[in-house]
Amino acid sequence: MSATVWITVAGLTITTAAIKAFGPLVFGGRQLPPLLARVIPLLAPALLAALVVTETTGGHGRTISVDARVGGLVVAAVALWLRAPLAVVVVAAAAVTALLRLVT
Amino acid sequence: MPSPDAGRGSLSSGLRAGVPYAIASGIVGLSFGVLARPVMGVAAAVVMSITVFAGSAQFAALAVLAAGGGALPAIVAGFLLNLRFVPMGIAIAPWLRHRGWLRALRGQALVDASWAMANRGEGRFDVDFLLGATAIQYPAWVLGTIAGVIAGGVIGDPDKLGLDAIFPAFFLGLLFVELRRSGAGTVALLGALIALVLEPFAPPGVPIIAAALAALLGLRSPQGSRPR
Repeated sequence: MSATVWITVAGLTITTAAIKAFGPLVFGGRQLPPLLARVIPLLAPALLAALVVTETTGGHGRTISVDARVGGLVVAAVALWLRAPLAVVVVAAAAVTALLRLVT
Repeated sequence: MPSPDAGRGSLSSGLRAGVPYAIASGIVGLSFGVLARPVMGVAAAVVMSITVFAGSAQFAALAVLAAGGGALPAIVAGFLLNLRFVPMGIAIAPWLRHRGWLRALRGQALVDASWAMANRGEGRFDVDFLLGATAIQYPAWVLGTIAGVIAGGVIGDPDKLGLDAIFPAFFLGLLFVELRRSGAGTVALLGALIALVLEPFAPPGVPIIAAALAALLGLRSPQGSRPR
């Protein structure tokens, strides 16, 4: 496959290992600097929300597309609200999206 | 400090507690394999699961690549999602018995579910429990990916089976857990808004990275972002 793919694999391998090693290596009982400690925990919700948006409405060039994935996402939200396990949530979302594509 | 025997007990109870998450890892790994195959190819998808072993970062990088983005935005998207392992790693640091590279090696066992289960409250962590819980999730993640790339070759167009809906559903599931954190709801809304506004204009991957700026809301007055 293309170089882009392997560069991504290599880059993600190195950065992930470094990030996971950082806390155990550098902080033997020390605390994160206060300003960073307030921002870093909030990176995950910010990025995950963005990913939910782009993965529901993206993938067809630079435009916002509304298709069967929206139905899948709604079902996923309901399943999560009912405290279903993540594996059930993703399977339900895929099933509903496939069903919507079949009937439309 | 716990005795070595207590450590071994924690390790095996971690293994047992990790079973349901291993099953989930296997299924999510399978969907990663199916979705990654047409974008990355068989070998790169499997190697990524073996060497990276961070589901959300892998899905994020794959999403950027699938949208036609380059290696750099893909790596940055995965990197930013992985940054949560910094505070997680700092939290477990005092409870790691070893020194130097052995500490760093143990840090590689950090995954969300194991970290959360190993939390004993009041800042205490059972690191052996964490290692055990991860030890069973890792092979499940890799084997799931392998099964996925094989299955992906059989089922053909993943969109027909609604498999493209797995991405947003998976991220929404992770987001639900994050929303328990104080201030996370506002940050998530702002992040979603940034991504939505930029999506029609910016190159793939950029809306996701720009949404990270929403985390700066954490710098507001402490009463707006009081730690739990």
